[in-house]
Amino acid sequence: MDAIVLQILNGLDKGSAYALIALGLTLIFGTLGVVNFAHGALFMIGAFCAVTLSRIINWSYTTISETEKNFLGEPLEVQVPYVHDWFGVAAGNTLIDWAVPLAILFSIPIMLAVGYIMERGLIKHFYSRPHADQILVTFGLAIVLQEVIKYFYGANPIPTPAPEVFAGSFDFGAMLGFDPNTIIYPYWRLVYFAFAAVIIGAVFAFLQFTTFGMVVRAGMADRETVGLLGINIDKRFTIMFGIAAAVAGLAGVMYAPINSPNYHMGMDFLVLSFVVVVVGGMGSLPGAVLAGFLLGILESFASMAAVLDVLPGLNQIIIYLVAIIILLTRPRGLMGRKGVMED
Amino acid sequence: MLGLAKKDFTLLAVVVGLTLLAPFILNPFPEGSGMAQFNAGYPDLMQRFVIFGIFAIGFNILFGLTGYLSFGHAAFLGVGSYAAIWMMKLVTTNVIPAMILAIIVAGAFALLVGFITLRRSGIYFSILTLAFAQMSYALAYSVLTPITGGETGLQLKLNDPRILDSALVGGDQARANLFGVNMSSSYEMSVGGWLFTFNAGYYIAAIVMILAFYMAIRIFRSPFGLMLRAVKSNQQRMNFTGLNSRPYTLAAFVISGMYAGLAGGLMVAMDTQVGPERMFWTASGEVVLMTILGGAGTLIGPVLGAGMIKYMENIISKINSTILHQWFAWMPDGLEDFVVAVIYPFIGKGWHLTLGIIFMLVVIFLPGGLVEGGQRIAGLFRRKKTADETSTTPAE
Repeated sequence: MDAIVLQILNGLDKGSAYALIALGLTLIFGTLGVVNFAHGALFMIGAFCAVTLSRIINWSYTTISETEKNFLGEPLEVQVPYVHDWFGVAAGNTLIDWAVPLAILFSIPIMLAVGYIMERGLIKHFYSRPHADQILVTFGLAIVLQEVIKYFYGANPIPTPAPEVFAGSFDFGAMLGFDPNTIIYPYWRLVYFAFAAVIIGAVFAFLQFTTFGMVVRAGMADRETVGLLGINIDKRFTIMFGIAAAVAGLAGVMYAPINSPNYHMGMDFLVLSFVVVVVGGMGSLPGAVLAGFLLGILESFASMAAVLDVLPGLNQIIIYLVAIIILLTRPRGLMGRKGVMED
Repeated sequence: MLGLAKKDFTLLAVVVGLTLLAPFILNPFPEGSGMAQFNAGYPDLMQRFVIFGIFAIGFNILFGLTGYLSFGHAAFLGVGSYAAIWMMKLVTTNVIPAMILAIIVAGAFALLVGFITLRRSGIYFSILTLAFAQMSYALAYSVLTPITGGETGLQLKLNDPRILDSALVGGDQARANLFGVNMSSSYEMSVGGWLFTFNAGYYIAAIVMILAFYMAIRIFRSPFGLMLRAVKSNQQRMNFTGLNSRPYTLAAFVISGMYAGLAGGLMVAMDTQVGPERMFWTASGEVVLMTILGGAGTLIGPVLGAGMIKYMENIISKINSTILHQWFAWMPDGLEDFVVAVIYPFIGKGWHLTLGIIFMLVVIFLPGGLVEGGQRIAGLFRRKKTADETSTTPAE
């Protein structure tokens, strides 16, 4: 029992990332009908927002320490972050420590802007072109974005630690009533899952309970009629593209402590997220979320030692295997709507 | 001639001329001159030009004619490579049986994958092929290690059985050959300041590519090719007329898988090693880039695209900032630094950025790729002829 709970927990953090990226992909596909291969790049840009903010906060000047000496007995040169001067040492250190959560606020405007520019500048011109062209041009864009990031941040992963409070692990099993030391779980992964749940909930609430969301849902169902009612649906869809970019970006920001950001992390996630989207059903938001968690958890179950003894290598291929089976037996995916990309 | 229309025969003749004279054409600058680094006429790179040319020609038969965008073609290349290296390890180091086995095995694998994936079209087909390729990659990397050598891959070893070859004495190396002609043997010709290298492996690969290109022309011009174009322009209408399009798409898929296998076999014939990374999905993405860049649905486009990407990967990527400073040394200092700073991100290690930008521009403005670009430029010079008279119009 505890092994099963542990695997479910292990699957949750990856599943959360899949679900968030797939949610954004589906928002874009459902509203604009565009297959966005650059979505993984948005996830990566989000992670680099965290890196950037932590660099800004850590921005230091060099000064000569009055008390410390180096091993030759000369005064030691030390780096003093500017935040120490501005907010005092204690508050400054707290800021440095909390750089990743603060990057959430920092990244939202950036991601909204990136999404808006992407849609207005490029994707807009591809509505009437075939899906293959959309895939290709966004694939090209993904290459360009990742090379730009590589140019500025280098090719190596950049460690971006979580706040001190959330570092390390805790005995989650004991809290749930299992034997102590059976389920040890890192704090940050739990934070990531909670964060993902909040974001997913917020997106659904936004679509369900606001007038803006209602118009967008109407537009997803029948774009032409909504347009005929005198509503500028294109403008709202552009905003939805920005929101989808922000969701991917936030997923990236919070993922930075789990996996040090590098320039190709987006591509690694993109392939799996696309599998998630088609498994969930193109254009179905609940389907994307469900499939994200489902595949994340399946992946972690497949990497259990007991399973690997019977079927070696299953953890590497389980997601693709599930995708192939589902696509061949349920053409619309798990929760796809009738008539949306069924061929 | 050769069952080709006059225009196609001219195209084939041009390709034959270019590939056979490539050691001259690709080495336009004398050794030791400042421009010598732009010379691409060394065997390793020329082999890559033609091998990836074959790969892209095959991919184009599927994507260019039927419009099915496969994101997992590298799997067939990898499978072909593994088959070829096993042939060389177990039977003989002669490259012909290795290539034949590579084609057969890749074709059989493509038949299996195609049978399953071609049930769907559009984005689903892309995802399914991607899923199969990633599965092959993951399995080759982990579980299938006894067959694939896992992460280290496979190389020829001294004590491989090789039942048809005579045993090697210690210190000898097993080398890929064609009836005794070593693949890596070259004849070097020095004319003035120029040094031309004629490599046996390159010429064998080039002849294979010419044959593959000829086959592709025949397929493009055949009734079968027309059927494939019909699939691309309107599959539904084709089905309404009572034709089952699946056998045609499956045949195209298998043929293009066989081309990929042949390319994989040739790769092994040139460097006698193989690793799972050539099946990774970025390798599949690369052949998509090549085909689109050159011009999907045109005959010569994929070869041009493959050549262009490999040239950038091997030549442009070697330009570093020191070389740039040398080029612009004649400028005033401040201006020199500025120009170098502007250009530097796009070349050297940043060549992928240039590639991505060119690729996006091609997709946006030139859906027919470089071939369409060339035709448009040519069209400016001779306004009398209409566009559709040119030799290779992209399939609709």
